[in-house]
Amino acid sequence: MNQFTGISLQILQSVFVVLAAPLLIGWVNICRAWLQNRSAPSILLPYYTLAKLFHKDAVIASHASPLFRTTPYILFGCMWLAAGIVPSLATNLPFSPAADIIALVAVFALARMFSALAAFDTGTAFGGLGARREMLIGFLAEPAMLMTLYTAAFISGSTSLDTIVASQAHQTFSIHPSLAFAGVAFSMVLLAENGRIPVDNPATHLELTMIHEAMILEYSARHLALIEWAQAVKLFVYMIIGFALFIPWGIANASDPAGLPLAFVALVAKLVTAGLVLALIETLLAKFRLFIAPEFLSSAFLLAVLGMLTYFLNRT
Amino acid sequence: MYAPDSILIVALAVVLGWLAVGLLGSLRPQSIIFRQLLFTLGALGGCILFIASIFALERPAENLVLPLGLPDLPFHLRLDALSAFFLSLLGAVSAGISIFAAGYFRDEEPGRFAFICMFYHFFLASMGLVMLADDAYLFMVAWETMALTSYFLVTLDHKLAHIRNAGFIYLLIAHLGAIAILLSFGVLHGGHGDYTFTALRNAALTPFWATVAFLLAFFGFGAKAGMLPLHVWLPEAHPAAPSPVSALMSGIMLKTAIYGMIRLIYDLIGNVRWEWGMVVLVIGTITTLFGVLYALMQHDLKRLLAYHSVENIGIILLGLGMSMVFIGFGHPAAGALGLIAALYHTFNHAVFKSLLFLGAGSILHATGLRNLNDMGGLIHKMPRTAFCFLIGALAISALPPLNGFVSEWLTFQTALQALILENGVVRSLVPLSAAALALAGALTAMCFVKVYGVAFLGQQHEPRHVPQGVFHGGDATHLERAGMAYLAACCFLLGLFPSTVLLALNRVAVSLNGEGLTPAALKSNWLWLVPTAPAQASYSPVILFLVIVVVVLLTFIFVRNFYHGRVRVSYPWACGFPERTTRMQDTADAFAQPIRHVFGPLYLMTRHLPAPDDAVPRYSVKIEDRHWYWLYLPVARLTGFISEKLGLLQQGQIRVYLLYSFITLLTLLVLVV
Repeated sequence: MNQFTGISLQILQSVFVVLAAPLLIGWVNICRAWLQNRSAPSILLPYYTLAKLFHKDAVIASHASPLFRTTPYILFGCMWLAAGIVPSLATNLPFSPAADIIALVAVFALARMFSALAAFDTGTAFGGLGARREMLIGFLAEPAMLMTLYTAAFISGSTSLDTIVASQAHQTFSIHPSLAFAGVAFSMVLLAENGRIPVDNPATHLELTMIHEAMILEYSARHLALIEWAQAVKLFVYMIIGFALFIPWGIANASDPAGLPLAFVALVAKLVTAGLVLALIETLLAKFRLFIAPEFLSSAFLLAVLGMLTYFLNRT
Repeated sequence: MYAPDSILIVALAVVLGWLAVGLLGSLRPQSIIFRQLLFTLGALGGCILFIASIFALERPAENLVLPLGLPDLPFHLRLDALSAFFLSLLGAVSAGISIFAAGYFRDEEPGRFAFICMFYHFFLASMGLVMLADDAYLFMVAWETMALTSYFLVTLDHKLAHIRNAGFIYLLIAHLGAIAILLSFGVLHGGHGDYTFTALRNAALTPFWATVAFLLAFFGFGAKAGMLPLHVWLPEAHPAAPSPVSALMSGIMLKTAIYGMIRLIYDLIGNVRWEWGMVVLVIGTITTLFGVLYALMQHDLKRLLAYHSVENIGIILLGLGMSMVFIGFGHPAAGALGLIAALYHTFNHAVFKSLLFLGAGSILHATGLRNLNDMGGLIHKMPRTAFCFLIGALAISALPPLNGFVSEWLTFQTALQALILENGVVRSLVPLSAAALALAGALTAMCFVKVYGVAFLGQQHEPRHVPQGVFHGGDATHLERAGMAYLAACCFLLGLFPSTVLLALNRVAVSLNGEGLTPAALKSNWLWLVPTAPAQASYSPVILFLVIVVVVLLTFIFVRNFYHGRVRVSYPWACGFPERTTRMQDTADAFAQPIRHVFGPLYLMTRHLPAPDDAVPRYSVKIEDRHWYWLYLPVARLTGFISEKLGLLQQGQIRVYLLYSFITLLTLLVLVV
C-alpha cells in the first residue's frame, strides 16, 4: 500500500463516518418508535433537520463572546478528528497512530469543556446548570472509561486501537471473561457520555432533568446544526470504539483493500444491532434522577475494576 | 571548544547577576523606566540560564569549588543533567514571570518597589543556587535563603493580620521541612565529617538507615512541595503574596522541593526500593484527589489556584512513585518512563500555573477583585488576558493538544506497564492510582469551567465585596501581556513537540538510573511521540491540532459559502422566562454543588439554610480543612501545653536561676564522680 492510498482511505473513512452518523440517529429513532407503538419517522429525518437548521438565521445572545460562536465549529472539528482516527472500516491507516485510545477520550473531554464554557457564555441560569451537570457526568465517567480501556489494553498489551483490534480480530478466537465485565462497563459509560436514557434524555426540554440540552439551549440555526451533527458523530464513534474493543471481527486491514466490502457489511450489521439494543435500553429504562447517576457510573467503574482484576487473576 | 566548566560559570554568573539586579532596585526606584529595565534584565538572565542549561543537558557534569563560606567548608557546585533540567525550568519560567512583573509593579511606592525588587531577585538567585549546590552545607544555606526571601515577599502587606498569620504558618512548615532535610543529610553522612554530595553518594547505608533517610527527605521536601498533610501553608501563603511572587512560588519554588526529592532519593541515597515507591504513590494519589476536591470548593481565585498546586504536586508524586516502584522491582525502562512523566509534569505545571497566577494578577489589577462570585463577563473587558487564561485553563485540565495532557498521558502509559510487576497487590494498585489521576483530570476540567465561566464569561455579577486598591478596569499592559503570551506559547510548544522534551528528559533519567527508555522510544521524532514501542502507544499532537484547525476552517468556509452568515442579536432565550437578572447565573459555589453532594463526607462543612419564615433568608456554606482539626490544632495545643509547663521554670528571679546552675553542677559532679 502506498502512502497516497492510505491517506485517501483515511479521509474517505472519516467522511463516511461523519456523513453516516445522522443515519444511526435516524435508525435509533425508528426503532424507538416501533418499540413504543408509534408510527416511525423517515430514517432520513435527521438530515432534513440539519438542512432546515442550516438555512435559518442564527440568533445570538447579546452579551455572548466570540467563544460562543466558535465552539460549534470546534466541537465539529474534534468529532471529525475522532471519526478519522477510529478504525471503522480498516485498521493500519497512516494517521491512526496519531491518537491512541486515551488521547481519543481526551479529545472528547476537550469538546465537553468547550461546550460547557459556551453554555456559561450566555449568562443564563440554564447554561450554568447544564454545564455543571455535564461536567458532573464527565468526571464520573472518566475513571470508569479509563479502567475499561486499561482492561482491553492489558489484554492486548497496547493502547493503540489498531493493535487492540489486530490482537483480537486477526488472531485465534479467544474469550476473556474480563472483557465481559469491561464491555458492560463500557456500555454504561457510552450511555452516560452520549446523554442517553437512563442518564440524560436527548428528547426533553424539562428544566429539572435536562443535561446536554440545557447547555445548548441558546444555540440556534447553523450553530445548533453543527452541535447536533457533532453529537451524532460522537455516538457513532463511541459505538465504533466499542466494536473495536469487544467485537472487532470483520474489520479490514488497509494493506488489503479487498476486505473492505466485507468490513462494510460487518459494520452495518453491528450498527443495526447496536442501534436496536440502544433503542431497547431507552424504551425499557426510565431516566434516573440526576443524583442516581453517580451510583450508575460508580458501578460501571467497579465493574471495570473487576474486569481488570479478573484478568490479573487469570494470568497468574 | 568549551572550557571544561564554562556552562557552570555562565549559570553562576546569572545567579550573581540576579543578586546585583536585586541590589540595584534601591538605586532609582521612583523611575518607571528604570523599574521595567531591572525586571527585563532579570528576565534576560532567565533566558540566558535557559539556553545555557539546555546545552548542559547534553554535556557531562561540571564541577566547581568556590573558596567561600566557612573555613574548611568551601562551596561545591555541580551542574549535571538533573540540575540542568531544573535550571532550564527556572530560566524559562522566570523569564516570563519577570517580564510580567516589569509591568505589574509599575504602581508600587518607591520604597516598597526597592524591597520587592531586592527580595524577588534574591529569591530567584537562591533557587538557582539550590539547584547548583553540590554539598549539604551550601544546599541548606541556599534552601534557607529561599525560604526567608519568599517569606518576606509573602508578608509584604504585613500590616494585615491574616497575612502575618499566613507568613507565620509558611515559615513554620518550611522550617519543619528544613529540619527533616538536615536530619536526612545527617543520616546519609554517617559521621564521616564530609558533607559533599560525592561523599554522601558513596556512603554505604544499611536498608534501615536508608529508609530513615528516605522518609526524612520525603517529608522534609514534601513540606515545601505542599504534599498532604503538610500542605496547609500553601492556600494561605500563595494568595497573600503579589501575583508574580505567587507564580514564582507555585511555579518554581515547589519544584525545587521535587528537585531535592529526586536528588536525594535517586542520586544520594540510591538503591531505590519499591516499598518507598508505594509510600510516594499512595501519598501522591491522596494529595492529588484532596487538592482538586478542595480547589473546587474555593471562590477566591488565588486560593483555588493554590489548591491546584497541591493537586499537581500530587500528580508529580504519582509519576515519581510509579517510577520508584518499577525501579525497585528491577524494570529500569518503565522506571525511566515514570520519572520522565513526573519531570515533564513538573515543567508543565510550572508553565501553566505561572500563567494562571499571572492572569489572576491581571484580573486583580483590572478589577480589584479576587472573589470569583464578584466577577463575570471579563472576556469583554480584557480579551487578551482572557485568551491567555483560556490556554492555561485548557492546559491544566489536561486536554490535547496542550502540554498538561502529554505528561498525564505519559503517566497513564507508565501505569500500563504494571503488568510486568511481580507483586499482585502492587500490580493492581498502580492502575487504580491512574484511575484516580483520570478522576482528578476530569475534576480539574470542571473546576476550570467554573473559574473561566464565572469570571470571564456571562455577565458581571452583582459585586458583594468592595474592590481593593487601585484598579484600572482595562486589559493588562503590554509587558504583562507579553509575559502571559510567552507562557501561553510555551504551553503550546511543550504540548505540540513532546518528543523533543522526552529525549532531553531521557538524558536526566540515564544520568540518574544508568538506563533510560527502550530503544524504540528513542526513535520518537518531532511528529510522533512513542513512549515504549510504536505498537503499544503513540501520540502525535501536531496531527491532532492540524486536523482540528483544518476542519474548523473548512467547516466555517463551507457553512458561510453554501449557506449564509446571518446573525440576529437578541436577549438570551432561557426557555422563555420573562424575568432575568445577573443573579440567576451560576456562582462559583453553586457550580460546585454536585461535588458537595457526591463527595460530601470528605469535607468539614457547616451549612446554614433559612427557615421558611425568615424575613431575610440567608444561605451560607463554610468548608474547612479537616487537617487543622485532627493534626495541626492538637499539635499546637500540645506545644502550648509543654511550653506553659516549661515556663514555670522561668521565674525571672536571679536567685532561682543561680539555684538551677547550682543543681546542674551538683548533678554533673555526681555523674562524673
